[in-house]
Amino acid sequence: MLHIHCPYCEEMREEEEFSPAGQAHIQRPLNPEELSDEQWARYLFFRKNPRGLHHELWLHAHGCRKYFNMTRNSVTYQIMETYKMGAKPSITASEEGQS
Amino acid sequence: MQQYSGFGLLKHSLSYHENWQRVWSNPTPKKHYDVVIIGGGGHGLATAYYLAKEHGITNIAVIEKGYLGGGNTARNTTIVRSNYLWDEASHLYEHSLKLWEGLAQELNYNLMFSQRGVLNLGHTLQDMRDIERRVNANRLNGIDGEVLTTAQVQEMVPILDCSKGARYPVMGASWQARAGTARHDAVAWGYARAADALGVDLLQQTEVTGIRRKDGAVEGVETTRGFISAGKVACVAAGNSSVIAKMVGMELPLESHPLQAMVSEPLKPILDTVVMSNHVHGYVSQSDKGDLVIGAGIDGYVGYGQRGSFNVVEHTIAAIIEMFPIFSRVRLNRAWGGIVDTCPDACPIISKTHIKGLYFNCGWGTGGFKATPGAGHVFAHTIAHDDPHPLAKPFSIDRFTSGELIDEHGAAGVAH
Ligand SMILES: Cc1cc2nc3c(=O)[nH]c(=O)nc-3n(C[C@H](O)[C@H](O)[C@H](O)COP(=O)(O)OP(=O)(O)OC[C@H]3O[C@@H](n4cnc5c(N)ncnc54)[C@H](O)[C@@H]3O)c2cc1C
Ligand SMILES: [Zn+2]
Repeated sequence: MLHIHCPYCEEMREEEEFSPAGQAHIQRPLNPEELSDEQWARYLFFRKNPRGLHHELWLHAHGCRKYFNMTRNSVTYQIMETYKMGAKPSITASEEGQS
Repeated sequence: MQQYSGFGLLKHSLSYHENWQRVWSNPTPKKHYDVVIIGGGGHGLATAYYLAKEHGITNIAVIEKGYLGGGNTARNTTIVRSNYLWDEASHLYEHSLKLWEGLAQELNYNLMFSQRGVLNLGHTLQDMRDIERRVNANRLNGIDGEVLTTAQVQEMVPILDCSKGARYPVMGASWQARAGTARHDAVAWGYARAADALGVDLLQQTEVTGIRRKDGAVEGVETTRGFISAGKVACVAAGNSSVIAKMVGMELPLESHPLQAMVSEPLKPILDTVVMSNHVHGYVSQSDKGDLVIGAGIDGYVGYGQRGSFNVVEHTIAAIIEMFPIFSRVRLNRAWGGIVDTCPDACPIISKTHIKGLYFNCGWGTGGFKATPGAGHVFAHTIAHDDPHPLAKPFSIDRFTSGELIDEHGAAGVAH
């Protein structure tokens, strides 16, 4: 069971209150008409899916119901940090020396 | 290759079973292979077998970082069926089911393939509509299927709670009689033994760490035992497919998730079919050894740790007890997880890539065990001809760009 810190509630909560929502920092294209099929496919379907450090989106579904970001190791499941929407992660793969 | 038979068993008992031939050899890697297959799970081994047997390509290596069949092959709940909704998917899975039906004889290996049937329960009007639609689609495709009433379900599985008082009353079910289970390890071992006999090198404890390319074509693979040159490289790494793709700078439309399963202590025979419920989210069968084999849903987060969260186990057990109150005091023996590579449309990718000589078979997610023979068969064709097998064509990676997705969430979302 993961123990997750919600950056909005500022509290540690049980995993069951949250639902994961995939890779973080994917921005909806601002110029949808100009995008090629390849670019749409990348936006909609293609994912980093890394073995190691992962920046991902979570929803505090049974709490404040806000989305926030998390940096987590996808092998050990260790949570390195959680941070608010719009913020940047302070831990990134190159710093961690992860492959 | 030594032929297995009842007579052989008798003969070897006279020498206390000490003189059985080794099932496969443990070769040192050659410098060059025509085809290198990354991943020694059921799919990789089946691919090697069909390449050698049907396409005359025998200079092949299957490279496995652990031991053969130690990935999802060893971790799945062994359900085999072909009752998928869309034409493309049902043709592919039916192709596989047909191969299963003659496979033990072909490989001369007991796969314990048991066509004990699969029930998919419906608990709501919408469930029943979906079931009817799917069964009708299956029958139009020549695949066996029936819609059963509550009374018929109850007769088939007396221990299932079909009472009106159940939290989610059973309103009926779909039934595929030709579906069932098989011995998961045996499939990998059977293919490995047959491939080895045809001259395929099975390189265990060897990890692929890179893929060398030149002018847009593959040259070979970097491994923990050195560089191995290859004409073609076929990736069949299930949950680790994105890791392999990253070696050539590719992204795939995949997410790797933990998927959990568990078995109980062995019981006397009590359940002679497979019961699944999408609605309460659980399924169960009983192995020949007697243990209840129970499958859960995926953990929603990306995970490579071959383990998931306990709340998923708890949720699954709650569903099983709801359906089978009689199991409430059964003790669980073991629980484990595997890493499944899920696709946005719950269908696999069997595809060439923009790199010449590089192929992927992945994205089988929670349901690729049943497809082991079929996937190996059509993937081998795709590699040998550098052109997709007609059944594999709709499963090209290009579908995510063209938009021709094959949405099998109804048939594959929960059920495996
Ligand atoms: C709990 C669970 C229950 C399931 N239940 C069912 C079911 O009831 N019915 C069904 O049809 N399907 C089921 N599945 C899905 C099924 O197991 C998979 O879709 C299928 O086994 C995947 O194909 P495979 O056998 O080739 O994969 P695997 O056996 O996982 O083979 C992939 C291999 O690649 C190797 N590999 C990875 N990276 C490298 C590398 N860099 N170098 C060398 N080797 C590498 C791995 O070690 C592994 O052995 C289930 C899965 C799980 C986890
Ligand atoms: Zn919160």
